[in-house]
Amino acid sequence: MSEVIKQKKLIDPNNIDRRGKESKFRLYVSRVVSYLVLAFLTFICIFPFVMLIVNATKSHTAITQGFDLIPGTRFILNFQNMIDHDNMPVLSALVNSLFIATVSASLTTYFSAMTAYGIHTYAFKFKNAAFTFILFIMMIPAQVSTLGFLNLIAQMNLKDSFIPLIVPAVASPAVFYYIKQYMQSILPHEVIESARADGAGEFRIFNTIVLPMIKPAIAVQAIFSFVFSWNNYFVPNLVISSKEKKTIPLLIAQLRNADYASFDMGQIYMMICIAILPILVVYLFLSRYIISGITAGSVKG
Amino acid sequence: MAMTKTKKQKKLVNYSKWGYFFIAPFFIVYTVFALIPLLNTFYYSFFELYTVGINDVKGPFFVGFDNYVEVVTKFKFFQYLGNTMIMWVMGFVPQILVSLLLALWFTSLRLKIKGQKFFKTVIYMPNLIMASAFAMLFFALFSKGGPVNLYLVEKGIIPEAIDFLTSVGWTRSLVAFMNFLMWFGNTTILLMAGIMGIDQSLIEAAQIDGARASQTFFRVILPLLTPILIFVIITSMIGGVQMFDIPQILTNGNGAPNNTTMTLVMSLNQHLVSKNFGMAGAISVLMFIFTMMLGGIVLKITMGDNKIKKINTTPKKNGKGGRK
Repeated sequence: MSEVIKQKKLIDPNNIDRRGKESKFRLYVSRVVSYLVLAFLTFICIFPFVMLIVNATKSHTAITQGFDLIPGTRFILNFQNMIDHDNMPVLSALVNSLFIATVSASLTTYFSAMTAYGIHTYAFKFKNAAFTFILFIMMIPAQVSTLGFLNLIAQMNLKDSFIPLIVPAVASPAVFYYIKQYMQSILPHEVIESARADGAGEFRIFNTIVLPMIKPAIAVQAIFSFVFSWNNYFVPNLVISSKEKKTIPLLIAQLRNADYASFDMGQIYMMICIAILPILVVYLFLSRYIISGITAGSVKG
Repeated sequence: MAMTKTKKQKKLVNYSKWGYFFIAPFFIVYTVFALIPLLNTFYYSFFELYTVGINDVKGPFFVGFDNYVEVVTKFKFFQYLGNTMIMWVMGFVPQILVSLLLALWFTSLRLKIKGQKFFKTVIYMPNLIMASAFAMLFFALFSKGGPVNLYLVEKGIIPEAIDFLTSVGWTRSLVAFMNFLMWFGNTTILLMAGIMGIDQSLIEAAQIDGARASQTFFRVILPLLTPILIFVIITSMIGGVQMFDIPQILTNGNGAPNNTTMTLVMSLNQHLVSKNFGMAGAISVLMFIFTMMLGGIVLKITMGDNKIKKINTTPKKNGKGGRK
């Protein structure tokens, strides 16, 4: 009996270091230090956004006079002014960004799942070659082929169109890789075989049996793809030229570009709010899934 | 028996053709929108092709490696690569140190940090923020008449407003700080998964043998964590080479002051906007080669080294790892 207790004590990590009070004091100090550092990091992560939201509620004069954390009363007025602004088509940009991001995210996840399923399930001749190829292209930065991409869409008459911002999302190596890893852990071949025995066609098996099974992976990747597309600035900046087709990041750039001095500061903060808040709100609701989605699939076992 | 076997094999072959059907959309779209453009980029890097005024296109004339020479001499390729790397290092060094520290604290059984979910949610948040909007926010906050200056002057911490964006050190630091803020949460979570992948019994054994916390860290955890650390370093460096949104918006695309914050992609963007395609091609190819060299290292680590345990956020075995 006493031996069991002794063993238990040994395993308990708090008692491994048997230097009594000194050790307890040191533990206390390191706990305090770690919470202080964490509090500080929390502060620097949150404070810029607090300043943003507070300033978005104030008038231009109030903002230029000094900074304090007391919110103003002009949130709705600033929002109204921003929307009514002639050179900043905020509402259409919101609709455009939402449209492009939603369609891209749907295409990315559906076709990545399809590709992953093809490579996961079938033993065709170029299976391994295809898989290695996708792993290889995963590392090529998108920017290095932009010149050719712009030439191509100029030839296809797709300049100033949403198509070059949406269709390339079909081929997304990173999303493919994540879903492939997920299928490996969750989709046994027996399921597919029994569905075949029941007479289901291959494409139907994928749509009605496999897709529902990998829903969690699809959801996580849909969120990441949506955020990526929503935030994307480099390619839309080179593709889109007309005012009514601009997306939110292009308006942010425009704000910085020529118009900064002519703007009411309240409106500038409001515009940044419009760009950031939708993602922040979604994140607050889905953070649990998003955080668990970061690591899986990033390093191959 | 033999009959059924051949029948089964036949069936398998029949099904396997479906593989092509499922992977076709990916490969068709990739070929059209990425592979052909990549080859096209390589091709144009050997041609003189630029636009004067609005629509007066000169070229294409084949010029061999002249574009590469010009990019390196006239357009300061290595200076921009240097800028990019300096700002990357300035952000990455604190990032990896803070992340390692946080990952150790979060997984420590001794400390038993509470509220981990909250902290993880908060430190990961900046990663999802639109980088261009984030840069715009910092531009507004740190401009000469902005709230930061107003506050510091009012409290008497500095005698007069600092013009942050005309100082090389400050501008680079702001870019680095934003990169740090956006990425340290992500790195922390990756490293945590790495630490939790380490067999807890090794750490316990070291502790029972009387190893101090520092000894456990340097002799047990760090060596086992090295592959993941290298993975994090290289992937972050590949991301760093592509640095664009933040310095572009913060400096309005001109790399002020005096081109010291001009990154490679910013200069690529300049050439693409001004339609100097020969130069854009040469920069792209050089970037491609540089990234592939880094990528080769990643591939070697992730594919060749068996030491990397499958990263997973779910704790290994009997719930050790100290979350909650």
